[in-house]
Amino acid sequence: MTTETVRVSTDQTPDAPVVSVQDVSFAYGDLAVIDSVSIDIEPGAFLGLVGPNGSGKSTLLDLMVGLREPDAGTVRLFGEPATAFEAGERIGYVPQNATTAARRLPLTVRELVTMGRYPRRLVGRFSDADHQAIDDALRAVEIIDLADRRVGQLSGGQRQRAFIARALAAEADLLALDEPTVGVDAESREAFYELLAELNRSGLTIVLIEHDIGVVTTYASEIACLNRQLFFDGDPEEFVATDALAEAYGTDQHVLTHDH
Amino acid sequence: MPLPRPTALINMFSLMTTNMIIDSGSQLALQSPTEWLWRFFEWFLIDVYGTVMSLLSEVLGVRMLGYPYMQRAYLAAVCIGVIGPLVGTFLVHRQLSMLADTLAHTAFAGVAVGLFLNATLSLSLSPLLTAIVVAVGTALLVELLIEYAGAYSDTSLAIVLTGGFALGSVLITATDGGIAVGIDAYLFGSLSTVSKTNVGLLVGMSLLVGTLVTLAYRPLLYVTVDATAARAARINVPLYKRLMVVLTALVVVSAMQIMGVILVAAMLVVPVAAAALVATSFKQSILLAILAAEFATITGVTAAYTYGIAAGGSIVLVAIGVYATVLVTTKLTTTTSIVGLIPTQIRRPTDRSDKSIKADGGDEK
Repeated sequence: MTTETVRVSTDQTPDAPVVSVQDVSFAYGDLAVIDSVSIDIEPGAFLGLVGPNGSGKSTLLDLMVGLREPDAGTVRLFGEPATAFEAGERIGYVPQNATTAARRLPLTVRELVTMGRYPRRLVGRFSDADHQAIDDALRAVEIIDLADRRVGQLSGGQRQRAFIARALAAEADLLALDEPTVGVDAESREAFYELLAELNRSGLTIVLIEHDIGVVTTYASEIACLNRQLFFDGDPEEFVATDALAEAYGTDQHVLTHDH
Repeated sequence: MPLPRPTALINMFSLMTTNMIIDSGSQLALQSPTEWLWRFFEWFLIDVYGTVMSLLSEVLGVRMLGYPYMQRAYLAAVCIGVIGPLVGTFLVHRQLSMLADTLAHTAFAGVAVGLFLNATLSLSLSPLLTAIVVAVGTALLVELLIEYAGAYSDTSLAIVLTGGFALGSVLITATDGGIAVGIDAYLFGSLSTVSKTNVGLLVGMSLLVGTLVTLAYRPLLYVTVDATAARAARINVPLYKRLMVVLTALVVVSAMQIMGVILVAAMLVVPVAAAALVATSFKQSILLAILAAEFATITGVTAAYTYGIAAGGSIVLVAIGVYATVLVTTKLTTTTSIVGLIPTQIRRPTDRSDKSIKADGGDEK
């Protein structure tokens, strides 16, 4: 694997949080989904967001990348107010279900990955550097030999890699993934997390939502457990040892009894 | 095959050059850019395109190519074959196939508004102009509903579609049926009513739509494939979504004259559906859709003239024939499930909630 191709831009203040969520609340109409949550994502972090269904994980992720305006509190992205942040190429965001929706399109893997360069070049010819970044991204996730295949012809795991490659082609500094391994078999899931961990080691900051607590506590460097409020934010080993999980999930423990 | 006679060629060139000189000499200073453009188009249509087609008619011995109204019909057909699939590819893959049909029906209301205003206020508005205004307005309204009210569904499109048609039918009958004359041409399309203005509109629209899609290709594609990620990448998603529906309105109105209100949406959907079955890349799917549409429009117009049948209907039937042939061929030649995925998506526009995508999510190949 060629992780040296992953470039991280250095135009941010060193050690300033990539994302800083301060006392944020958010509601859909009368339904409060986020209540006074504060959390920072430090450069180089690999943060796993866990919590029961409907606990506000996806909403928090949307707030972090500036897709929603909080009702109260502030969200800063690379030091700027998140919704006013304009350097789209620095955010590699893979929404929930995007990968399953894309398999129906007449779209090659290369076309998908090329979209990562669009924020940098919305019109005009791509430069050699653009093509190089696309090839490097395809190589980094080991799907260069599938570049001319239709996205729908890939397996679930390969498709996820293609979407990660889109973020790498953008030379993003933050990778935000919403339940990336839904519909990916256990074996590919392990390999996928190995890839994420390797990208993270090379400097990429990652935040992801994962329902599989076993796998996320193995690979992530930090766990945040959410159910409207933040129940835990810290070390994965500590998380497993505390009863934050039970508190967040209430008495309903069936999520924890998955056989992973 | 006999070669074109030298005299015919010489005539063609002398006609072209004299007209050019006269036009550029006398009109440039006196007329507005629109008028000059129109003059230029007329010169192109009659002296260049018309002469070439007449020559072809003579060489090939196909008489219909020599008739000016058939020459106009073919030019219009070629334009429709380009802009229909060009815009339709984005629309279909954004899962808004029904939008084209909805806008066509509101364009019909626009035609009726124009005819009604002309009859009651003694104006002389072009019904196509009012159709464009109403269709573009509705397009933006529908897009706003989708954006802000979260109201997108087949139901809301069906309400706008039938509402447009209802308004049209009321306005047409409100003046004692006096303006109902000629409405058939708008409903079912017609070859003989394709005037120079109509072809001019279509050619102009083709240039405009072609330019806009070329310039906005990347953001349009991003928004079509993954609107949420496009928003995260700070692409102005609402702007490009609006552009997409406005382009649809423009295409529908300019193609309405030949295709008819009821059938025009087919040109944005059917060739795209056929292309999606075989294309690997998005660019290739646009190209193949245009090829399929050109085949359908040219064959359809020829059949309409030869057998004296409706042009719109003939074109759509040929297009569906192409789709069916491609579908059967791909089914027979491949057994991979990828082929089976596409028609499902195109045939069932309702089955697209997040839930249904989620339910599909577990499938693995």
